[in-house]
Amino acid sequence: MSEVKKIKKGLDIKLAGKAEKVLEKADRSETYAIKPSNFPGLTPKLKVKVDAEVKAGDSLFFDKYCPEINFASPVSGKVIAVNRGERRKILEVVIQADAEIQYQEFKKADPNGLSRDEIKEELLKSGLWAFVRQRPYDVVAKPEDTPKAIFVSAFDTAPLAADIDFLLENEAVAFQAGLDALAKLTDGKLYLNINPNINQSKIFTEAKNVEIRQFTGVHPAGNIGVQIHHISPMNKGEVAWVIRPQEVIFIGRLFTKGIYDVSRKIALCGSEVKTPCYFETILGASVRNILKGKLKDDEKIRVISGNVLTGSQILEDGFLNFYDSQITVIPEGDKFEFLGWALPGLQKFSMSKTFFSWLMPNKEYRLDANLHGEHRAFVMTGEYDKVLPMDVLPQQLVKSIMIEDIDQMEQLGIYEVAPEDLALCEFVCTSKINVQDLVRKGIDLMIKEMS
Amino acid sequence: MKALRKFLDKKKPLFQKGGKFAKLQSSFEAFETFLFVPDITSHTGTHIKDAIDLKRTMSIVVMALIPALLFGIYNTGYLHFLSVGELANTDFLDICIYGLIKILPIIVVSYVVGLGIEFAFAQMRGHQVNEGFLVSGMLIPLIMPVTAPLWMVAVSTAFAVVIGKEVFGGTGMNIWNPALVARAFFFFAYPSKMSGESVWIAEKADSFSGATPLAHAANLVDVKGDAAVTLYQQHLSNVWDMFVGFIPGSIGETSTIAILIGAVILIATGIGSWKIIVSVFAGGYVMGMLFNLIGGNSYMELIPAWQHLIMGGFAFGAVFMATDPVSGAQTARGKYIYGFLIGFLAVLIRVLNAGFPEAMMLSILLMNTFAPLIDHYVVQGNIKRRLKRVKVSA
Repeated sequence: MSEVKKIKKGLDIKLAGKAEKVLEKADRSETYAIKPSNFPGLTPKLKVKVDAEVKAGDSLFFDKYCPEINFASPVSGKVIAVNRGERRKILEVVIQADAEIQYQEFKKADPNGLSRDEIKEELLKSGLWAFVRQRPYDVVAKPEDTPKAIFVSAFDTAPLAADIDFLLENEAVAFQAGLDALAKLTDGKLYLNINPNINQSKIFTEAKNVEIRQFTGVHPAGNIGVQIHHISPMNKGEVAWVIRPQEVIFIGRLFTKGIYDVSRKIALCGSEVKTPCYFETILGASVRNILKGKLKDDEKIRVISGNVLTGSQILEDGFLNFYDSQITVIPEGDKFEFLGWALPGLQKFSMSKTFFSWLMPNKEYRLDANLHGEHRAFVMTGEYDKVLPMDVLPQQLVKSIMIEDIDQMEQLGIYEVAPEDLALCEFVCTSKINVQDLVRKGIDLMIKEMS
Repeated sequence: MKALRKFLDKKKPLFQKGGKFAKLQSSFEAFETFLFVPDITSHTGTHIKDAIDLKRTMSIVVMALIPALLFGIYNTGYLHFLSVGELANTDFLDICIYGLIKILPIIVVSYVVGLGIEFAFAQMRGHQVNEGFLVSGMLIPLIMPVTAPLWMVAVSTAFAVVIGKEVFGGTGMNIWNPALVARAFFFFAYPSKMSGESVWIAEKADSFSGATPLAHAANLVDVKGDAAVTLYQQHLSNVWDMFVGFIPGSIGETSTIAILIGAVILIATGIGSWKIIVSVFAGGYVMGMLFNLIGGNSYMELIPAWQHLIMGGFAFGAVFMATDPVSGAQTARGKYIYGFLIGFLAVLIRVLNAGFPEAMMLSILLMNTFAPLIDHYVVQGNIKRRLKRVKVSA
């Protein structure tokens, strides 16, 4: 096995409410939704109208500029609403699920016996292509590209992240089938990056058809962008594809069962959950039934699809995002705090040692969504460097994005980063600058200018 | 606290758009956010944020300055009573009270003038009031001579805030350290009040020499042989006093110990860059060593390299001035270079140019000017590594 790369720069944020590795039952969700906003840069074109009947795997909408890429319905049922926002932008396509899911039938085949084009065609047709994302830009991959390599990170280091070993329990066959299919899509290698301290499961350590690389260390060690940077950094003109293990099994199920089966385990976690644990559900599910009766109600809360760093806020009857394997519930924290900046701060978490909470390194925090200050211009320096384990100058990169200097963005490494890689920079920022939004803005600008 | 919060909530509309005092919105918000960390929550990006903000950061720096300030207060009284020959008859408390009476007005003037201008600018621009001046307002008194006339302090502060900071766009945008701009202005506008023997001790007896060690050291240049050794023995050999700080000098700069306590606070909390602090000291030491090796005049030969680090404003500049994140180098490598050159140039100027015995200020201002250039080359280095990678893989 390869040597272990230890990621030293970064920060583990210890939050209260880690999900216990127990699979609980929740009432089945009745409605499901796919949100085009989960796919940055996408211009969706609807394929179905309200009241249409769909099967699981039928396309709901497709990419206007790349019509082969379909976004499929996770369940069978009736399209009950297409919710639109400003300028008629499509926000959600909502489906009322049947009691029993009817699956659209796809080809069942051993991926090892299929050609690259056949595999691509199957993935595109079934809507599973949407799970294959590319670097640079962190967007859905373009089918016409041939990536230099495909990367899969088998562990997630984000706060309260779901344990991927647990998510993939009993999925060994589908996982290996998925890997076999993916391996066909590149001329380079298919990398499976594992953390020997976290990934004990044989699903990963004994996976075939892959090149295993090992990483340990603090968040963002589990971020695929960071791993790529240390294996084979992205240069101008190169394309690599990435996909998560939870989604590799969807591909595996397509080839082993011939259906678009996107049922997944998710972790329900966070300090405001009574007993954090895992649930079996389906992608895009309404979280109402999952959350019912499981939340503490002594304070105003915030429900996040995803983790606290990169997830997005959803309503208590909102829908799971496309790529997320966890729901995090934290206090909203929209309260004033008297002289909050001056208190010793035993309950406050900070990378700096300016609050006395650093005396308790193992404490699990109950953090809320308060900004703890106001937006300011850049003052502090060197903060971002401490949490970005890449040879990239984050502050300079962010500044080049602010002034929209394309050349400089390119020179400083915009191709190597995704917003999630700089999420910790945003977390630690004294001036409360919206780093992830800026990175996404920079990426959008690059896509516009380079096409 | 609920009553206070209620009161603020009630008055708030008056200061918002359309309210009676809408023009004072920035000021109201400054006070409001000082009393209460606002209820704003994150809407995009990370849902949780580090608890630190600029108010916390700045108040840590002010805390780190307190040892130097307290010592300055004591030293002011101490030197005064020493010079008039009454030290033995004065107790600790009186010494402190005397110092306080001399120093408090300078601090008040600095804060009132500086914050006044900051509030006015924030108001004019419709911005929030930034916290940067909380530190500058404390730094300025600490680098003034205790006898500085208050109106001069006021003018220097005003100059620093307006020309040194606000014309560039306010906190975070300035090129030079505002506190040093204040001192530089004072130094060049009213040189007689910031140099010579008489300005460093409050109400000094005429017969008592109030020259700083740096001034004595500068005299070494013109003397040779035994005379030089005598001069050194007489005025410069008591390094313990210099380290502890019982020497004439600007209010906060004399005690290396007090400054080091501040340095420990800054480094431990992660607010001040140890990279800069360490490399400033290293730079000064290396230059001192070079002078020791080269020789040439008594200053170069007799003052050991380490002694440069405890004389004058060297330590204060290294710990509190060079570390200003806005005016200093921003890249990690740049910080080493920037810090080293500050120390190096400070000792170089102070030894070679008798006109500017206190070279730390000039050296930091100079390197503030060059910090973007240093960063530019560090950034270019990063870009070149990235380009090289393409060539290797191609």
